[in-house]
Amino acid sequence: MTAETGMFAPRPGAAPLGRMLAAQTALEVRMVLRNGEQLLLTVVIPVLVLTVFGSVEVLDLGNRSARVDFLVPGVIALAVLSTAFTGLAIGTGFERRYGALKRLGATPLPRAALLAAKGLSVLVIEALQIVLLGTVALLLGWQPRGSWAAVLLLVLAGTAAFSSLALLMAGTLRAEATLAAANLVYLLLLVSGGIAVPLDRFPDGARPLLEALPAGALSEGLRVVLRDGDALPWWSVGVLALWAAVGGVLAARTFRWE
Amino acid sequence: MPTPAAVEVVDLVKRYGGVAAVDGLSLEVAAGSITAVLGPNGAGKTTTVETCEGYRRPDAGRVRVLGLDPWQDARALRPRVGVMLQQGGVYPGVKAEEMLRHVASLHAHPLDVPLLIERLGLGSAGRTTYRRLSGGQQQRLSLAMAVVGRPELVFLDEPTAGLDPQARRATWDLVEALRRDGVTVVLTTHFMDEAERLADQVVVVDHGRVIAVGSPGELTTAGAAGSLRFEAPPGLDVTGLAAALPAAARVDEVSPGRYVVHGDVDPRLLADLTRWCADRDVMPQGLTVGRRSLEDVFLELTGSELR
Repeated sequence: MTAETGMFAPRPGAAPLGRMLAAQTALEVRMVLRNGEQLLLTVVIPVLVLTVFGSVEVLDLGNRSARVDFLVPGVIALAVLSTAFTGLAIGTGFERRYGALKRLGATPLPRAALLAAKGLSVLVIEALQIVLLGTVALLLGWQPRGSWAAVLLLVLAGTAAFSSLALLMAGTLRAEATLAAANLVYLLLLVSGGIAVPLDRFPDGARPLLEALPAGALSEGLRVVLRDGDALPWWSVGVLALWAAVGGVLAARTFRWE
Repeated sequence: MPTPAAVEVVDLVKRYGGVAAVDGLSLEVAAGSITAVLGPNGAGKTTTVETCEGYRRPDAGRVRVLGLDPWQDARALRPRVGVMLQQGGVYPGVKAEEMLRHVASLHAHPLDVPLLIERLGLGSAGRTTYRRLSGGQQQRLSLAMAVVGRPELVFLDEPTAGLDPQARRATWDLVEALRRDGVTVVLTTHFMDEAERLADQVVVVDHGRVIAVGSPGELTTAGAAGSLRFEAPPGLDVTGLAAALPAAARVDEVSPGRYVVHGDVDPRLLADLTRWCADRDVMPQGLTVGRRSLEDVFLELTGSELR
């Protein structure tokens, strides 16, 4: 077929920033929801941890209601870890490898907007995860306490910490190395991040260290609010903010787009 | 009033770990023209193009694209320039049409996506994810992404590598339509026929420098007067052939099976040559007088050894 003359006549221009950001965020969300392996990490494992450890007496966590109240803050932390760290690191690593980031760098979409879209898409996925996990938890008899604003602040701080570490990893390592390392970290933090196993089961010397890691800080902070109904623990927010700042500065300095 | 150059590169140097990939390269692209950058692998074509695209910062020299510095003025330049990378550039799990719509949505006045898809023969592939597209379909999607934002200038890095003849032709038609509508095109290629057919200007690059520049006509006739070229089985007796031709004729086998006769090329010489061939039952193929193919020019300029 021959197109009419003038079809390609130049008429350049960037779309409005808001439209670019919305389009990029929507694309990022669709890619995550379509990725089966990633849904295993972000949905299946947290739901399994909640239902299995909640229903069956595996660890000595008290009665069923106490078990669920202990587990919910942990699986919310796990949801944040899986999406903001593991999923983001692996996804970004492979986007770099396939030249998708490089190619997008030649479009009118500013790099800051691309990173913002990644952050927004992570928050959208986390919201879906938390709604799903909350529903399952309520069915298991969960009794939420504490302030939702405090929970939101902790989730935002945890997302910032994990995302900056994810981008630090994805922007420097090879895609395969990122895949392996991000899964390994997920597994290690699942066990030692105060998610399914209380941190007081670890040796006394290890505990401060584990609480200073982002997973421990997030899960213990959420537990203080959601289980104990206490005020926002600022030490948790501080630890997460520190990780976010260090990771963010290093990622900004070392990130390679191709 | 002369139109300002769409691309102006002066004495560009780009080193990787001490090795100069581009070493004092200069070229100029007139607005509204098609320029083919030709050169062997590793000649510095991609580095040059990616510097113009704003991906690399020059170590020395001056680069202006649409009058702007592609590194400093990247933000202003990006909407105006379309880019086709040599490979990749698409999320593997995203469908072809979805990706094209996405790139379109980043521009203010994009082309009609279904029309572009149809024009490039991608209709059947629209709902296929990038990783499942054939190599040729991936190339065409990448080309579509370069033009969908209605740029003034496009850089196409090996746009027809790996394409079948039909897809190549569709790509050529699109490139010619771009020029017709006033878009400036800079493409890199290994294919001489592509450069010969499409380009207003051919820039031959080797070892990071421009070694020849001109229209295909200028390049193929320059230095070709008084010469005759043909192809035949390799290893013909060139001394014997020269002896059968009028005095002062010289015969070389420039690469296996490609022969060049230098001398006073007249009907008499042609008759002697064909008689000599007929006596030996040799059919001279692709016989041309006073004109080199672009491939001859390329091989003579860059040498015929593999690298």
